[in-house]
Amino acid sequence: MSRVGSVISGARERLGWRKESAEAKEERFYRAGQWQLVWWRFRRHKLAQAAAVVLAIFYIIAAFAEFLSPHDPLYRYKQFAACPPTGIYMRDLSGRFRAPFVYQVVRTRDPETMRPIYKANAEVTAPIKLFVHGSRYRLWGLFDCDLHLFGTEDPETAPLFLLGTDSVGRDVLSRIFFGGRISLTVGLIGVAVSFVLGLILGGISGYFGGAIDEVIQRIIDVLISLPTIPLWMSLAAALPQNWPQLRIYFATTIILSILGWTGLARVVRGKLLSMREEDFVLAARLDGESEWRIITAYMLPGFASYIIVSLTGSLPGMILGETALSFLGIGLRPPTISWGVMLQDAQDIMAVAQLPWVLSPVAFVITAVLMFNFLGDGLRDAADPYAM
Amino acid sequence: MLGNSVLVEIKNLRTYFHLPEGTVRAVDGVDLTVRRGHTLGVVGESGCGKSVTALSLLRLVPSPGRIEGGEILFYRTVEEAGASSALTDVIDLAKLEPNGREMRSIRGNQISMVFQEPMSALIPVRTVGSQITEVITLHQKVSEAEAREIAADMLARVRLPKPRQALDDYPFQLSGGMRQRAVIAMALCCRPKLLIADEPTTALDVTTEAQILDLMRELQKEFGMAIMYITHNLGVIAEMAEMVAVMYLGKVVELTDVRTLFMSPLHPYTRALLKSIPQLTDAVTRGGKKPRLQTIEGMVPDPYSVLPGCTFHPRCPERIPDVCDRVEPGVSEVAPGHSVKCHLYSSP
Amino acid sequence: MASYIVKRIIRMIPQVFLISILAFIIIQLPPGDYLTEHLNRLRQSGRQQDEVEIRRWVQMYGLDRPMYEQYLKWITNIVFRLDFGYTFQWNKSVREVIASRMGYTLAIALFSAVFTWVVALPIGIFVAVKQYSIADYFFTLLGFIGLAVPGFLLAMVVMYVSYTQFGVKVGGLFSVEYQLQPWSWAKFVDLLGHIWIPIVILGINGTAGLIRTMRATMLDELRKQYVLVARAKGLSELKVLLRYPVRIAINPFISTIGWLLPWFFSGGTVVEIVLNLPTAGPALWRALMGQDMYLAGSYILISGTLVAIGSLISDILLAVVDPRVRFGSLEGQ
Ligand SMILES: Nc1ncnc2c1ncn2[C@@H]1O[C@H](COP(=O)(O)OP(=O)(O)OP(=O)(O)O)[C@@H](O)[C@H]1O
Ligand SMILES: [Mg+2]
Repeated sequence: MSRVGSVISGARERLGWRKESAEAKEERFYRAGQWQLVWWRFRRHKLAQAAAVVLAIFYIIAAFAEFLSPHDPLYRYKQFAACPPTGIYMRDLSGRFRAPFVYQVVRTRDPETMRPIYKANAEVTAPIKLFVHGSRYRLWGLFDCDLHLFGTEDPETAPLFLLGTDSVGRDVLSRIFFGGRISLTVGLIGVAVSFVLGLILGGISGYFGGAIDEVIQRIIDVLISLPTIPLWMSLAAALPQNWPQLRIYFATTIILSILGWTGLARVVRGKLLSMREEDFVLAARLDGESEWRIITAYMLPGFASYIIVSLTGSLPGMILGETALSFLGIGLRPPTISWGVMLQDAQDIMAVAQLPWVLSPVAFVITAVLMFNFLGDGLRDAADPYAM
Repeated sequence: MLGNSVLVEIKNLRTYFHLPEGTVRAVDGVDLTVRRGHTLGVVGESGCGKSVTALSLLRLVPSPGRIEGGEILFYRTVEEAGASSALTDVIDLAKLEPNGREMRSIRGNQISMVFQEPMSALIPVRTVGSQITEVITLHQKVSEAEAREIAADMLARVRLPKPRQALDDYPFQLSGGMRQRAVIAMALCCRPKLLIADEPTTALDVTTEAQILDLMRELQKEFGMAIMYITHNLGVIAEMAEMVAVMYLGKVVELTDVRTLFMSPLHPYTRALLKSIPQLTDAVTRGGKKPRLQTIEGMVPDPYSVLPGCTFHPRCPERIPDVCDRVEPGVSEVAPGHSVKCHLYSSP
Repeated sequence: MASYIVKRIIRMIPQVFLISILAFIIIQLPPGDYLTEHLNRLRQSGRQQDEVEIRRWVQMYGLDRPMYEQYLKWITNIVFRLDFGYTFQWNKSVREVIASRMGYTLAIALFSAVFTWVVALPIGIFVAVKQYSIADYFFTLLGFIGLAVPGFLLAMVVMYVSYTQFGVKVGGLFSVEYQLQPWSWAKFVDLLGHIWIPIVILGINGTAGLIRTMRATMLDELRKQYVLVARAKGLSELKVLLRYPVRIAINPFISTIGWLLPWFFSGGTVVEIVLNLPTAGPALWRALMGQDMYLAGSYILISGTLVAIGSLISDILLAVVDPRVRFGSLEGQ
């Protein structure tokens, strides 16, 4: 990277581009490496920065789901099935202000429909506490622990379900936290796979040219023209039903990246082809550098930022793809928790009408996708070498 | 007497761009006069406001820009049916609605313009013919077929080979020189009283440039139109213009006839500008030893700042301390038809 | 022009060939697919008439032949007899299942495209002309959201809202009473009352995308010299817009025929499932749930081919409106 920077600024000097009287700021601008320029431009994008912060929070939540979620995502509170979100109170019956607390929840049944009805018992209150001891877990499979960031002392009688429970009594919020772990990483791994595939195939295409290039380009043509979700569905449905969860997970990410690499391969090929004509590449060639070194040391760094940006662009599609597939029951299935799997509960609109809070993963999916779009837009503008 | 020969008179025109970073005073008090059938050359460094002046005249200043003040008087002849003499009426273009009916009826009709980048003046997806006939049918009461006739005729006048065929060609099928001829034909086909040519030949090679310049002079004689010729090429000015306005930072600093400009320039900026022309004879007489070109010292100040006094004083070799950097010079008429905006020549 | 079209059609042939190979691979993919299972069951029973049955299947799909022969057999059956194979999930030929449903899918896709154009064209122009206005920010935001919310989630929300707020169960293409009736005017009207929901839901995504493309191209074009030249001719602002920048910005609209189709097939599949429409998507889903791959392969093949035809059409239209494409010279711009 710094090499390209110095080659370019060298060229500038030779061509006399750098004005003698250029101010220090301009000087700094020419000297700055590619990444620094990208960073400077990115800092002007307030929306993209906000999106980056939101996404960082999302990933932190996914990473520390065990600690941050108040309940075990698989534990079924049989007495609290289909329980609406718990109300949080600051003022008790006598009108005194207190630290946030919840009331004890009692279940009755509607005499006609036999549906459970949950009522607060104003007699018994339970404060919401930080760092409470609750269900046991192994954080990252390493540390045994039972500490949760927040919750109530006795969830069996006075529970805290911020987003309610699903039809079998599992805490929706905790499931969303854990689901993020799958839903948000499927895209990352998918992008990593796309990255490798796109770099290799695009590189081959751009480097060798000729017949190989032609074949790869035609394959890309075909893959791009195919309807994505039916193809994903077909491939995911072909996965053996008896595979373990983890293997299904990885297989799904690979399926999702099967189309993702095409765009990147096009970019890499196009850039390789156009950069061959650039002066600094010619200069390097005249200096007797090997072709491989020219590609890896001179050309690749020149558009690495561009690659990463074009990859952020394909993340939202993969997140949505996982959601759609899991929602349809193809690919990831329970007991794996992902946002799409959670939405399976929402397939029947009559059921949703009874417990609308099971739709809350929708908000998380959309937020994540929206934020990735904002971030991608900001990065694209920042990395565009023709901006300014 | 003089009043009748004046076509356009610009008085104290100010056009500013209000940007978030500050206000760009692109045109800041310009005075100009264009006389019927004559050519006014406008010269000056890049960014001095030549194009913006021209766009202001046509009321085509792009969005953050606005005409802040001044007058653009257009002495229009109204040909009355039956009457032998033409009447003149005056309208202030600066007061018109930029996209109103009246301004639009003048644009492309009585005042037309050939722009700086000829290559992109025509849209690639429509035929050359349709883009030319459009302006004819807009301003003249003629049928589509007649408009085609006029267009073909005009293309022949600008010596486009095979003009009839060119009507059905797309712009990218013509060479650069041919395209520029077509653009000129497009500007001329309503026989304007004033043609504004904004560096119409910069993108062309020298031979084509010479041809186009010849052509414009010829057509000027034929149609009796005035030309406002914008360029930073003093050689072209010498060839084309009768009167010359020298612009610096949004102001006209010297206005004179072309002979005086080259023989006895007065404003320090004009003199510096003339010294910066490469002289063929210099290079030859010095036996191949290339002389250094004189450049004007210093940089053009950044466009947002407002300088006190004369805007040229930071670069001026003849500045008078405590005067030039504080008091803005007025315009002094040193001889009939020769005015300078400089303290060196202001009468005490 | 003619040579351009011929060249373009010739380029389509390898594309469709590759699609067919991909579809065939999909059919062969699952180790425990329906046909293998079925044959295993028949073999285990060991009855005489099952042996005949087995031989019939093996014969029909050339299961005893090498892979490329199986492929040839499969593709010739499709090309010459429109025989796409058999779906066990439905107990019908794939052709029967798809024929009755693909029509609706296509109709929804086409009308969604029309919806998209009709809405996106004026908004795209307006937003570009009024860059940085409140309307611009509003539609930009709306566009972002429209792009981020996939159709099926939108469909779920629409269903939820209409059910809880209006007591209306959105879904299907017909009311119950018309479902099995033959076509009549009343049935058609009933269809119109239902079909607009998937059309709008699908259209919103495309619209958001297209407004963004339109805005970007328009902004690009508005900066071009010829717009100023057109204004200098004395044309009114509306004519300047319509005859110049819009003439070029319209191109992406025409290219959209090429990419809207795969988009609608893609997003449409899940929307159709959520809305429970009698279209190809839900049929595909049901078949896939039972790893009944013939239908899936055929779906990929048919939709891929339709998309290839769609992009052929849009390329031809593009050549009609843009002479640069027609004369093979794009270097001008
Ligand atoms: N659309 C615009 N927005 C903001 N500033 C502008 C715009 N157009 C022109 N300017 C500013 O107005 C000033 C004068 O520009 P103008 O185009 O008239 O220069 P010019 O004399 O024609 O130069 P050139 O010889 O390069 O054509 C410049 O400082 C320029 O930055
Ligand atoms: Mg200019």
